[in-house]
Amino acid sequence: MTDAHLLIIVPLAWAGILAFAVFLYVLLDGFDLGVGILFPFVPSHDARDTMMNSVAPVWDGNETWLVLGGAGLFAAFPMAYSVMLPALYLPLILMLIGLILRGVAFEFRFKAKWGRALWDWSFAGGSMLAASMQGVALGAFIQGFEVDGRVFAGGPFDWLTPFSVFTGIALVAGYVLLACGWLIIKVEGTLLDWVYAVAPKALLAILFGIAVVSLWSPFLNDDIAGRWFTFPSIVMVSPVPLLTIFAAAGFWRAVSARALYLPFVFAVVLFFLCYTGLAVSLFPYIVPPRLTIWDAAADLRSQIFVLYGLIPILPVILGYTAYSYYVFRGKVGVGGGYH
Amino acid sequence: MELDPVLLSRFQFGFTIAFHILFPSFTIGLAAWLAMLELLWLRTGRSVFRELSTLWTKIFAVSFGLGVVSGVVLSYEFGTNWSGLSDRAGNILGPLLSYEVLTAFFLEASFLGIMLFGRDRVPRGVYLLAVCMVAFGTLISAFWILSANSWMQTPSGYEVHDGEFVAADWAAVIFNPSFPYRLAHMVSAAYLTTAFVIAAVGAWYLLTGRHVAHGRVMVIMALSIIVWLAPAQILIGDLHGLNVRDHQPAKLAAMEAHWESGGPVPLILFAWPNEQAETNQYELGVPSLGSLILTHSWDGEVTGLKAFNRADRPNVAIVFWSFRVMAGLGVLMTLAGTAGAVLWATGRLQRARWYLRWLTLMGPAGFIAVLAGWVTAEVGRQPWVVYGLLRTADVVSPVTGGQVAFSLALFVLVYGFLYGAGLFYISRLVRSGPTGITPAPTEPLERPAAAASQS
Repeated sequence: MTDAHLLIIVPLAWAGILAFAVFLYVLLDGFDLGVGILFPFVPSHDARDTMMNSVAPVWDGNETWLVLGGAGLFAAFPMAYSVMLPALYLPLILMLIGLILRGVAFEFRFKAKWGRALWDWSFAGGSMLAASMQGVALGAFIQGFEVDGRVFAGGPFDWLTPFSVFTGIALVAGYVLLACGWLIIKVEGTLLDWVYAVAPKALLAILFGIAVVSLWSPFLNDDIAGRWFTFPSIVMVSPVPLLTIFAAAGFWRAVSARALYLPFVFAVVLFFLCYTGLAVSLFPYIVPPRLTIWDAAADLRSQIFVLYGLIPILPVILGYTAYSYYVFRGKVGVGGGYH
Repeated sequence: MELDPVLLSRFQFGFTIAFHILFPSFTIGLAAWLAMLELLWLRTGRSVFRELSTLWTKIFAVSFGLGVVSGVVLSYEFGTNWSGLSDRAGNILGPLLSYEVLTAFFLEASFLGIMLFGRDRVPRGVYLLAVCMVAFGTLISAFWILSANSWMQTPSGYEVHDGEFVAADWAAVIFNPSFPYRLAHMVSAAYLTTAFVIAAVGAWYLLTGRHVAHGRVMVIMALSIIVWLAPAQILIGDLHGLNVRDHQPAKLAAMEAHWESGGPVPLILFAWPNEQAETNQYELGVPSLGSLILTHSWDGEVTGLKAFNRADRPNVAIVFWSFRVMAGLGVLMTLAGTAGAVLWATGRLQRARWYLRWLTLMGPAGFIAVLAGWVTAEVGRQPWVVYGLLRTADVVSPVTGGQVAFSLALFVLVYGFLYGAGLFYISRLVRSGPTGITPAPTEPLERPAAAASQS
């Protein structure tokens, strides 16, 4: 392959890798953030212990995908990293504060005697803050950024619009849906009944969110509208909304039938379809609507240098991550297994 | 008042990284110690090792959790606050950080779950392996992040294309001139920090006559590290200093508060550097000793601060004093290790209450030395972010001072609160001490009066 080919293919491969890492992050940390969001609403104190125990051994690994997303963006598309992070300064800082507050709650809550309620709120509030700020950042990303040369040229509150506030709320609903799927696998008894009752409501909320975002985003710019509503691309992309309806119906039926694994599977499928829809709307822009993955790509030597490590290491990471999930498989008991 | 985003971003990065570094400094050593305890327990079957491992795993969990959440912040601050650096040096720093995530973070995070929650779910051998993987992960993490930091201090293996740094030779980038010294110095610092915490807790148990068997194991295991590693650290520091002299002469001049070039130079023990007048006030020094230490010859010549433009010098007083705090603590640690070894060899260790009190007081010494060392290294690098090539003031993000002031205030508030909570829970764990695993507790009865009369 010549260098010219590599200059096209390697950034594309990196975009794929980052898309994979971010998607895994959204799924994995999505369900444990969702568990935090549901935290204040569950019926009993014991239920909260069970919920926390269900995610305690895995949350740290889940969050590492976010760090890989950040570091990978920095390595493969440093220009995109240096434009978007200042543009999203406040939502990202608030997200980080949220992740801190909820992360420490895992350790502090079980060690607290009189302070337990404090860490309950730290966990729930932090999860809520982190999830909603991720949603806001997503909305701001779809809207696009003002760029001058290779620098962000907008104002400190460009990210804050009705659309981004809405995507913030929608992502919270989505994480709750994933959390319902996760908890159905991990919990028993009255808590399980409660989750089965909440899951359809979460589904309705996220469907409303998907519908509004889908109808709203084409109005943000003509380019997105063109991709969805003109022939022949409409033929190519029409399966996405149709499959979304099938996945939603599948989730609904699985919950009604009190299935064990299927609700989580359908929630994942739903997320995958939304993610695909997003890719259709935005590809190949990494800083919409200005910079493509090729504009923002790092020096080829840097992209390839990391690939040398990533290609052999990533399967190993997925392997021991799977092993860790396998070790903690099955239902969790109340307070069971805490060190 | 106009809020300066450069200064505020420096405060924020300095504050968040100083907070963060406390935890890796502790957990790198602690993970290795836990692996050691686990191995000893597997080999000897003595319950004291298992009980210590259980107690310190809980302390590890709190510290590691705080380290993780404060570390995630740093991986985003490169972009939120220093986007000019990410844009211009992203080709170099991005890959190094990515390798850290790929080779260390996932390893630590995945096996941490098993380490904290999986003792009863996996075979003993797998549990030991999990602890070793976490310990190994902390070391790999130190390798990459210190490589990135060292590259910013002593850049090599790069070319500049259109104002962007690109890698010409990855081996030269990773193993840049200051990296081997910095890695050895920091990893030793981390092991010493942990050893002094363990020694302090053990000494305190011995002093109060509680958990005496555990206290003895802790003090002896910690001392067996300190006695050789503390002097070795001084030697590594000396070599690191020679490297600074060759590659960052302005930093070295600030560390020693030398204004004039030439030799022989004294070792200045005390002074108040005055940057306006370009001289020291209240200077107290030992003639020629400075030359001996810095050049390994009695009349060696050293470059002074006046050889550099005022705009290219770091803040002299901060660098001078933070270096003295670090070096002073290094000497104190070596003394503590040597005294402990002598007392132990002559069988007086457990009865030397003055010594146990001293060890207890030395508990935080490693943390203070690490922070002081980092202030020396990073403030000493200023005004450069990539030494000699890129100025800190030129790479700040296009954000307003108000945004940074807000986030800085938030970090101070949240970190202050979490630090307090973490310290509170860790000290409670230490106070309640190791608990016996089934059957009944094995430590001696808690009778302080009786224990006191023994000594």
